[in-house]
Amino acid sequence: MKYLAEFQDPGLARRLLDDIHATATRPWALMEVCGGQTHSIIRHGIDQLLPEQVELIHGPGCPVCVTPLEMIDKALAVAALPEVTFCSFGDMLRVPGSGRDLFRVKSEGGDVRVVYSPLDALEIARRDPGRQVVFFGIGFETTAPANAMVVHQARRLGVRNFSLLVSHVRVPPAIEAIMRAPHCRVQAFLAAGHVCSVMGTDEYPELAARHKVPIVVTGFEPLDVLEGIRRTVHQLERGEHRVDNAYARAVRAEGNPAARRMLAEVFEVTDRAWRGIGTIPASGWRLAHAYRDFDAEHRFGVTGVTTEEPAACRSGEVLQGLIKPRECAAFGTTCTPRTPLGATMVSSEGACAAYYLYRRLDPAAPPSKEAAPVG
Amino acid sequence: MCLAVPGKVVGIEERDGTRMARVDFGGAVKDVCLAYLPDIEVGDYAIVHVGFALQRLDEAAALATLDLFARIGALEEEFGDAWSRAAAEAGVVPAEPLEDIR
Repeated sequence: MKYLAEFQDPGLARRLLDDIHATATRPWALMEVCGGQTHSIIRHGIDQLLPEQVELIHGPGCPVCVTPLEMIDKALAVAALPEVTFCSFGDMLRVPGSGRDLFRVKSEGGDVRVVYSPLDALEIARRDPGRQVVFFGIGFETTAPANAMVVHQARRLGVRNFSLLVSHVRVPPAIEAIMRAPHCRVQAFLAAGHVCSVMGTDEYPELAARHKVPIVVTGFEPLDVLEGIRRTVHQLERGEHRVDNAYARAVRAEGNPAARRMLAEVFEVTDRAWRGIGTIPASGWRLAHAYRDFDAEHRFGVTGVTTEEPAACRSGEVLQGLIKPRECAAFGTTCTPRTPLGATMVSSEGACAAYYLYRRLDPAAPPSKEAAPVG
Repeated sequence: MCLAVPGKVVGIEERDGTRMARVDFGGAVKDVCLAYLPDIEVGDYAIVHVGFALQRLDEAAALATLDLFARIGALEEEFGDAWSRAAAEAGVVPAEPLEDIR
């Protein structure tokens, strides 16, 4: 229990861990869906504090990682257009496309801006009506309401020089795809807390019942993760498969109804390709017909983009929980945060980056001093 | 960007027909849209993601999370200079500071 002192409340962490150790009698494989949870787990050594029988499998819940290569290449093509100001969240800058990244497009003269919020991108468009301003709308259900609202606002305010490059993804179809995969080992899910802050828990009971899989809504602080694991293991040991909310301080059953209404108005469900995984039916959103004028793909005609994934990159298997990052031959050798082959090494929420940062080159290695949290 | 960060509402105003707040995230203050949490008031805490308040949070939970985020560098990642970070990751030191919009 070498990392325990790093927990915010080591006494509570100890009690949760003792309970998990006392409860787990058989091997269980749990998948944490959210990349923030993966980061927290690796940083705090939670996987190494658990009983040997309880294995954590890292899920596809990093929006930067799962954005398909084709969409990155489309973003790069639009960003390089002379009439375009391309706005993005900062963590997309170094995600590799087939040949380069947004950082490189900027260095080659492209007008690429980093914004904190899509509202900032809309403001840029309003201030400079002579430019085409495009916002790169990626992310899960937590981020999609913001991008839905900004398109709604653009229409309401008559801002014609603004558009959205949409690549939104939805969690429940991803869970469905993981459970249907032929080599699936996942027996329970720690659902992503902030996705559920928006969507609530309505989407999960049917999934839990059909696949007989416990789904526990979990936060991403170390104690939240431990509590999520504790409740999951209790269900598994009893043969139960319910939806349980271990993040009640931020998640209500109905989610955020105003955000859900806006999502339903601006977006419609579509099939979506996930980087490294492939197309998952009904797993994404695109702009609904009434908002299609604001779709950057249509406006700039970026179709027919051909993509080329590096052959050595196994991020798809990492994202599906089939291998751990260190099982990839490129991990830590030809693939590092400075020379990433795939998005899981670029994004701070990516499993490969978390393993690299916290020195998980081999299973027994402790985190490096500089990576360990202070206090 | 997938993490949502708790913050304290320090001011509210109407802008272009939308209720907007100034929210303090442990020192970094940002404009935040209240369209999805319309009944929030000055002094309340909320979970905020990319400029939108998504759920109310009690003060104790918000401060504990903010403290954790500050310690693990999540606030720097959310509100810091993404260009400098990207340049460092790429092994490039920009010749002059690149302009950023925040």
